[in-house]
Amino acid sequence: MELIKTDIAIVGAGGAGLRTAIAVAESNPDLKVALISKVYPMRSHTCAAEGGAAGVIKPDDSLELHFNDTVGGGDWLTDQDVVEYFVNEAPKELLQLEHWGCPWSREPNGSVGVRPFGGMKIKRTWFAADKSGFHILHTLFQTSLKCPTIERFDEFFSIDLLMADGRCQGVVAMEMKSGRLFQFQAKAVVLCSGGAGRMFPFSTNGAIKTGDGTAMAYRAGVPTKDMEFVQYHPTGLLATGILLTEGCRGEGGVLRNKDGYRYLQDYGMGPETPLGEPVLKTMELGPRDRLSQAFWHEQQKGNTIPTPWGDSTHLDMTHLGEKHIDERLPLVRELSIIYAGVDPVKEPVPIRPVVHYMMGGIHTNIDAETPVSGLFAVGECACASLNGANRLGSNSLTELLVFGKRAAKNAVEFARKQNSEANESELKEQADKAQAKVRELVQKSGGTESIAGLRSEMAKSLEEGAGIYRTEETLQQTCNTIADLRKRYAGIELHDKSNVFNTDLFQALELGNMLELAQTVAEGALARKESRGSHQRLDYEARDDEQYLKHTLASYQGEEAPRIDYHDVVITKSQPGVRDYSGGAK
Amino acid sequence: MSEVQLELEILRYDPEKDQEPHFKTYQVACREEWMILDAVNHVKDEVDTTLSYRWSCHMAVCGSCGMMIDGQPKLACKAAVKDYADKKVRIEPLANFPIERDLVVVQDDFMEKLKRVKPYIIRKEEKPIEEGEYKQSPADLKRFKQFTLCINCLCCYAACPEYALTPEFVGPAALALAHRYNADSRDQGLAERHKEISKPEGVWDCSFTDTCSIACPKHVDPASALQQLKITTTVQWYKELIGMGDK
Ligand SMILES: Cc1cc2nc3c(=O)[nH]c(=O)nc-3n(C[C@H](O)[C@H](O)[C@H](O)COP(=O)(O)OP(=O)(O)OC[C@H]3O[C@@H](n4cnc5c(N)ncnc54)[C@H](O)[C@@H]3O)c2cc1C
Ligand code: SF4
Ligand code: SF4
Ligand code: FES
Repeated sequence: MELIKTDIAIVGAGGAGLRTAIAVAESNPDLKVALISKVYPMRSHTCAAEGGAAGVIKPDDSLELHFNDTVGGGDWLTDQDVVEYFVNEAPKELLQLEHWGCPWSREPNGSVGVRPFGGMKIKRTWFAADKSGFHILHTLFQTSLKCPTIERFDEFFSIDLLMADGRCQGVVAMEMKSGRLFQFQAKAVVLCSGGAGRMFPFSTNGAIKTGDGTAMAYRAGVPTKDMEFVQYHPTGLLATGILLTEGCRGEGGVLRNKDGYRYLQDYGMGPETPLGEPVLKTMELGPRDRLSQAFWHEQQKGNTIPTPWGDSTHLDMTHLGEKHIDERLPLVRELSIIYAGVDPVKEPVPIRPVVHYMMGGIHTNIDAETPVSGLFAVGECACASLNGANRLGSNSLTELLVFGKRAAKNAVEFARKQNSEANESELKEQADKAQAKVRELVQKSGGTESIAGLRSEMAKSLEEGAGIYRTEETLQQTCNTIADLRKRYAGIELHDKSNVFNTDLFQALELGNMLELAQTVAEGALARKESRGSHQRLDYEARDDEQYLKHTLASYQGEEAPRIDYHDVVITKSQPGVRDYSGGAK
Repeated sequence: MSEVQLELEILRYDPEKDQEPHFKTYQVACREEWMILDAVNHVKDEVDTTLSYRWSCHMAVCGSCGMMIDGQPKLACKAAVKDYADKKVRIEPLANFPIERDLVVVQDDFMEKLKRVKPYIIRKEEKPIEEGEYKQSPADLKRFKQFTLCINCLCCYAACPEYALTPEFVGPAALALAHRYNADSRDQGLAERHKEISKPEGVWDCSFTDTCSIACPKHVDPASALQQLKITTTVQWYKELIGMGDK
């Protein structure tokens, strides 16, 4: 096994990983950074983000308003110290990106433009047409090329963390082109490995979003936090689940049921707003959880349109006009035409809710620290509790930047304090264990289970039991199914025995990670007997602040189901209140 | 839902056991709305799990899934099976790159070239963040916006006759990106980039055949970027000659 010694090892080179790496490199040219990613940085799924990134910049806006929107949007499951830090730093980070060349869309006077987004009281979402994440990712990646101390390990698949003397001291990863294992010894490790939406059957997430880093931390003893909060985005294209950004509604697109009726007014988000005059925090600009739930109710009432890909409603942008759509939503138009055969300029686009974002993740605090010393986490893999029970669109791209920078600072401080030598023998032992695990997976024969088979059973079970609406019975069923699938996982056999770019192997590892995390989703949801944000229980319809104004922590118990504990929410200035998205809300 | 029957001839190569690349044929009953990528995924999931290829986003934005489809460099996730209905379709790794395994090509060369053109804002003096954004009018933005749309899928390299002949050629996507930064009103790095671009294997290797732009799935039009780059390179060369070369 190869040995690489570095100061800071970063797993993941999406928005979070790149921002972290640049922050370390810029202010600490004496430290070595190893940036490890299973895909080339620009393939990371940050590239798919369309709508934009939130940060207070205009004179009519304030940090306080951004704070309130985020806390209320998250149904008070946000940690308010984290939110406060976030809204403060957000504008600086977005400006930093501007200085690095991000092609933000502009106003006629040359200042950056902002667009409305769901659940936000004021227009504050910076955007680069409808390719915001793409431009953020490429700007960061290209900027990282000027940092000589960042050593990239592209197409290296991380397998497990290395723990010794009570702290994280590195990570084991496989060079994908050769199958060789590398032991990365580091003074601090930052996980930036993205979300896990691929656990579900219908998702906006790319194939790489399989929660690997989250599962690595979980196995290493870090609890996951709030995994039961899974965001459904209300407007996914049928068949593929490709996202049509919330920017569509920000620009004035509306949702209609099979009768052409704008049904959101029946679910506490009215009164109906005039066409082409979207009102913030009202109707189509309500938050995602509410919109996806409204769809479910329309479906129960028989107001949706049956299609071969499931029931749908319509996202109607026809009144926006070709010029506006081409300028603000060019990608949306292209995607709709290519993947659904519908031109939004001419016809309403059939859509349905689609799994989009994991609010939960690795338990971290305002410093991006996990409870294990030396281990930090940032971005969608982490749960710093900025997003609570429901993320507001356009907060997460900014989160990558704000907490990437913060993690860098803290990881550097931690690394500088480490004088003791790495515990070589213990690390080697653990690395050998990881190697044995991979070897066994590849060499084992006689198994009868298939990766694709188990994966689709897992996805189906999560959708059925832990979807938009949940009950004790469906959740229990899902918990049982996932536990059973974890056992059956031992029965898979890989047909590909090659050392070179063995995607059979990577898919098997990804499936193992997803199964572990699926269990935290289902068990967390079963234990939370209330409805809050994206977690809606038909058998416990109300929010219960007495008992559940708490974060769920799920701890790894080997082959058993996770242990569930609770952790206090940080409340500083906003007491839990009513989430009001009806016209006049202040 | 109607079906589209495809016969996929996929190039297979595992350097650990194959002397030579060879084709393997798979019959796939595709749903009408599928892309070629869905058909390949079907093979991977249901027929032959040993097939290797790259993909992630399935929405033509991550740039992973470039491959030769019926001889043309394309994104598999953007090539509709309907367009190949009831035909035999050859799927090969991107031309002009060494094969790593099956449909996976070695991309190190491109990654190195990308870095060489210094694709980032270069300034003599940084403006402090506290002073806010650099003002940039929509017209300023328009001057380079199109060239920011490159997803690094490498389809243009697979299409470029010059890259096929001269592997040292920096090539369409990397040069288009150099132009993107040169044309950005916030940038002052033209002179620095010029050193790289004006080398023989820089912009002068391009014979302006336009095939890169035809192949580009994102309408970046690298050929026009190269054409504009030749002009700025000539001007810069002349300025340096008379001792005025700076931006
Ligand atoms: C379609 C879509 C649209 C969105 N639009 C918006 C929006 O408009 N605004 C907004 O704020 N948010 C948006 N989001 C959410 C936001 O884009 C993501 O949460 C964010 O980009 C995640 O960034 P990340 O850096 O955490 O992870 P990613 O960008 O997913 O990167 C993860 C990285 O980890 C690496 N990795 C993972 N596993 C391993 C492993 N085992 N070994 C090595 N490396 C590994 C990957 O290679 C990759 O580099 C959107 C999300 C989607 C899916
Ligand atoms: S225009 Fe230049 S870069 Fe493009 S294909 Fe022709 S030779 Fe290659
Ligand atoms: S210029 Fe076009 S074809 Fe070439 S890499 Fe970029 S997106 Fe792909
Ligand atoms: S899978 Fe991302 S471009 Fe095709």
